[in-house]
Amino acid sequence: MENTKRKYVIPGDVITTGPFRPEHNVILDGNRIIATAVGISEIYDDAVKVIPLAGKYIPKINDLVIGKVISHSSLSWELDINSCYVGFLPAQDVFGRDFSAHADELTSKLKNGDLVVARIANSDRSRDPLLTISDRELGKIESGELVKISPSKVPRLIGKRGTMIQTIEMATGAVITIGQNGWVVVSCENRDGLLKAKKAIQMVEAEAHIANLTDRVKSMLESKGE
Amino acid sequence: MILGGKESDVVLLDENGIRCDGRKIDEPRRIMIKAGVLKNADGSAYIEFGENKILAGVFGPRDVHPKHMANTDSGILRCRYHMSPFSVSERKNPAPSRREIEISKVIKEALEPAVMLEQFPRTAVDIFIEVLQADGGSRCAALDAASVALADAGIPMRDMVSACAAGKVADTIVLDVNNEEDQAGQADMPVGYMPNMEKITLIQLDGILTPAEYKKCIETAIGGCKQVYELQKKALHDKFFSNGGNS
Repeated sequence: MENTKRKYVIPGDVITTGPFRPEHNVILDGNRIIATAVGISEIYDDAVKVIPLAGKYIPKINDLVIGKVISHSSLSWELDINSCYVGFLPAQDVFGRDFSAHADELTSKLKNGDLVVARIANSDRSRDPLLTISDRELGKIESGELVKISPSKVPRLIGKRGTMIQTIEMATGAVITIGQNGWVVVSCENRDGLLKAKKAIQMVEAEAHIANLTDRVKSMLESKGE
Repeated sequence: MILGGKESDVVLLDENGIRCDGRKIDEPRRIMIKAGVLKNADGSAYIEFGENKILAGVFGPRDVHPKHMANTDSGILRCRYHMSPFSVSERKNPAPSRREIEISKVIKEALEPAVMLEQFPRTAVDIFIEVLQADGGSRCAALDAASVALADAGIPMRDMVSACAAGKVADTIVLDVNNEEDQAGQADMPVGYMPNMEKITLIQLDGILTPAEYKKCIETAIGGCKQVYELQKKALHDKFFSNGGNS
């Protein structure tokens, strides 16, 4: 954070002028770099980007997401992944190679309303994003509670090198799965830990733009600890 | 003598350059904008522009229904401008009128250059504008609110769109014509403007102006747009960056 210049911007604001590389949520207009979203602009080295504070989730390949089964055909499921597109989970991915549409019943594995941890296998916007659950740690979520936050605040919840999420997990004993799409599943053996973890997540969401958030969350978790 | 205007007993402009509602010729009405007023919409804004009270809500980008409207290489923008039955003194039929359909269209077209829809193929961004109370210049106010609501929804935009009208009243170019001036005045020109890109996205003219007046009118309106832009900026800053902060 030392070598970066941060600024609050809204669409149309000129962040800087000069030979910079435009990254996320900025456009180049002549030699001006213009923000295209409400957020915090960052200039580091030769690149400029805006961390948005609002907006929908845009699927990116290899993102871990949490989806909710909304429907299925005889060959695939459709998952709500909190995006402008529905996630597409083919049956082969779950049943394996020997899947046959008439022998296997899709609802035996995943029913409508089930929550799934999945990875985006492919996404090119000309088709719906392709999901996969064939990996360790992926698949149906058996227990836990779903907390929805804005997808733009996910990096804040994870923190730098995962510091924020580690702080919350350690203080509450909860296991937290964060989907890049802003859906978070919290599971915890004890009820107080669950409530506290949920509160911490909501606090991150509400105060995402404030500095020293990890310390603030830490003190909140500790204050209720006694 | 009076072109396009009606005879009336209101003094639109007195000898001191004060208009019928006490404003100077280059003074807009009182404007208040608030972002993020609705919980269920993805983005929203409320504007009070003189006596106009307008709510705007934005959804999207989201799936297009009906499906045949979807565009495979870009998103689409849809806009509905609607006046509540109680927004005017005589009850207005809630069914969309010819005027409302026109304003929906011009607002949509005024926002399209700003919104980066090409990032979301096969989706739609829906804007719903509800006029709760109408005064003159509601299309400009509605456009201002819609632009703030889009930014609030986090939809990528090249620039904000600000709008303000100018007109000709009692042979003088004035900023931000109100309802009386619109009825009795000689010309009304709403302008939508992208303040950073310095581009006009909406221009309409009702009335007759000489080329010199036309030029002055546009300049006056753009001056108004810039004032509105500062308030739009403030509304978004208040919503997103108000409680504490680090910059």
